[in-house]
Amino acid sequence: MLAPPRLSTAARPGGAALSLDWWRNNDTGLASCGRRGRRVLCTVCIFVDELVSMNKPAHGSLLGIEHLDSEEIEGLLKLARRMNPQKPRPLLRGKRVVLLFYEASTRTRTSFEFAAKALGATTTLVQSSGSSIEKGESVIDTGYTLRAVGADCIVMRHPSAGAPHLMAMHLDIPIVNAGDGMHEHPSQALLDALTILKHKKSFKGLEATIIGDVLHSQIARSAVHLLTRFGVKIALCGPPEFVPEVAATLAPGVRVTRHIEDALRGCDVVMLLRVQKERLAGQKIRLQDYIARYQMTAARLKLARRDAIVMHPGPIIRGLELTAEVADGGRSVIVDEVHNGVPTRMAILARALGKAK
Amino acid sequence: MSRPDSKSLLIQGGHLIDPAAKINAPTDVLLRDGRVAEVAPPNKIRGGADETFDAKGLIVAPGFIDLHVHLREPGQGYKETIASGTAAAAAGGFTSVCTMPNTQPVVDTPDWVSWLRQAERGALVNVFPIAAATRGSKGGTLTDFSAVGRAGAVAVTDDGKPILDDDVMRMALRLGAELSFPVVQHAEDTRLTENCSMHAGPTSFRLGLRAMPGSAEAAIVDRDVMLAQQIGESRLHVAHLSTADALKAVRRGKKAKARVTCEVTPHHFTLIDENVGMYDTHCKMNPPLRSAADREAILVALADGTVDAIATDHAPHAPHEKEVEFERAAFGITGLETALGLAITVLHRAHRIPLTRIVELFTSGPARVFDLNGRGSLTRGSFADVTIFDPGKRWTFEAAKSRSLSRNTPFDGWQLTGKVVTTMVSGKTVYRAD
Repeated sequence: MLAPPRLSTAARPGGAALSLDWWRNNDTGLASCGRRGRRVLCTVCIFVDELVSMNKPAHGSLLGIEHLDSEEIEGLLKLARRMNPQKPRPLLRGKRVVLLFYEASTRTRTSFEFAAKALGATTTLVQSSGSSIEKGESVIDTGYTLRAVGADCIVMRHPSAGAPHLMAMHLDIPIVNAGDGMHEHPSQALLDALTILKHKKSFKGLEATIIGDVLHSQIARSAVHLLTRFGVKIALCGPPEFVPEVAATLAPGVRVTRHIEDALRGCDVVMLLRVQKERLAGQKIRLQDYIARYQMTAARLKLARRDAIVMHPGPIIRGLELTAEVADGGRSVIVDEVHNGVPTRMAILARALGKAK
Repeated sequence: MSRPDSKSLLIQGGHLIDPAAKINAPTDVLLRDGRVAEVAPPNKIRGGADETFDAKGLIVAPGFIDLHVHLREPGQGYKETIASGTAAAAAGGFTSVCTMPNTQPVVDTPDWVSWLRQAERGALVNVFPIAAATRGSKGGTLTDFSAVGRAGAVAVTDDGKPILDDDVMRMALRLGAELSFPVVQHAEDTRLTENCSMHAGPTSFRLGLRAMPGSAEAAIVDRDVMLAQQIGESRLHVAHLSTADALKAVRRGKKAKARVTCEVTPHHFTLIDENVGMYDTHCKMNPPLRSAADREAILVALADGTVDAIATDHAPHAPHEKEVEFERAAFGITGLETALGLAITVLHRAHRIPLTRIVELFTSGPARVFDLNGRGSLTRGSFADVTIFDPGKRWTFEAAKSRSLSRNTPFDGWQLTGKVVTTMVSGKTVYRAD
């Protein structure tokens, strides 16, 4: 791959703090540090010092699992195990966490809010309706505004893949991705990992299957990146419209299968994804056919290992991707997952704001 | 367009590459009254000239022709104007540019074609407008090809969008055949690419972006080549061709002696879909950056003669249209000033395509596609459009210093080899490197 050499911060004089005068003397109409810093320079000059870090997300940002190494993931999981929402710790006292949600969400939003509050931070919710976003403010300008009113961290959900990266490239405060389009949902993958580790000794030798609409799922992508990082073998299962062959290229140790029996045999972890009826209709898949081939039933579950667990990020639709019997059965850890959401997000926020102690 | 220079100018000591005239040798060129007065071996031109240009160590070539630029006027002068866009063209060695009609309003009348060619536009190089093929580029009723042709249009297209309907395309090619007028196709089956923002493959899957399959391009090129074969004398030109399968269709057409031509952009022979990285909107264009295999097929086709021209698809956009969510960002990048550097760096140095072939792709190749008579070659009597470049010069492209009004390029900060030294249009110098 060609690596485009960036001018980046090369033009900056050796380590000296940047002053406005330096920029005035050296600015050739646009910032010499390359395009990323330009907006900051011309709109809010007081942020001039922060141009230096403009090419990298701020320390503590969590934009996805793909670019985390296994030590970072293990660190977060270790931290999450020590977090107890029932015993608040004022690690983030005085910190302001903005929950910036461009999309509806119940469990992600509330658990991030509870997590922030359990650590003593103040939170505020900004949604697209009833804010300047509705008036057409861009993502970056919204970010500058929130930064200017004093946000220390932005937790962001957005329907467009990559939106948190865009924000992180322009702001010097940590950005936490709470789900971006069809891309990633890192906090969900971490809480799922925590859930798995509460039921299995370790990831070693585990086999997992993810069944359903992988193509449109941010959760599937994050889970695949996380589990394969620890050597878990993954079978992705569903019709070609939901699980295209290219899905196998996502990470090493991933395969694609159309047969749920094949996916389940010898499997330790069964992850089900929500199936949207509109999507089935859009892909011209008959609901009855989907249920017949891919619904998780008690009979099918018997193909998996005896101690296999059944996971689902919610909201679940009983009678569609799984039967009520499976949802409420002894193998189901669906409620545990929700339960683990708050401590996991406490760990993410503590790390984001540099209080990961 | 600049007035011809009445003074005579002798370009001395340079190495002339003129593929159409089959010259690849040290040659002197005398320009007078906006035309080429004489082409001769070194020191054979008798009688003085008012001025002499010392081209020692440099390549002298016919002025480059870009078949595909968006200069945004009328209507979007905040992205680019004809004055700024042609200044960028001059800096890139282009003496002629063909402008796309997807402006506001769409250039679908003789009046707008004439407007583009008026002196008030301040063009530094020759501007050859391409008119819309259908009214408002809506894909329905054909425009008046002969009227826009008389006003100065060199071809028709609905670029930015395809001519999707079979019957409309057939009629366009048929009318084009009668008038010997090329129909330029933006080959994209938009029924397969709605809301898509990059090429379909492992990268788009990883990034969670809705993606355009390569077949969306090949399907249209396939159909068009078939139509072109059916309609004798029709002239089909495939714009910004980007996939291996589309190339196969073009090869098939050429083998069957249909008048099918195609162009390739520098970004498609340089970059691939993986370069999108983490949502770099400067790698978002349409057609999108394709797979490594597609790029390789393009490199082969550039070398073996299947491709007729390198065209930049120069598509300037303002920062606020690019510094947004990837899916919302505008398609396109600027390209006039980096075309030659990329061609020499990627095609010549990395892939050993001879300089003569590269010059052909910038000059006689495109001149043939749109019948730009008197251009694309430096024979006696032809227009004194000359590009002089240093094929060994290493330089760094800085977007901030671009003559274009826009900065949307993925090549900012790239070290390139091969730089334009001087560009002349009708004997008049319109660009000189500092």
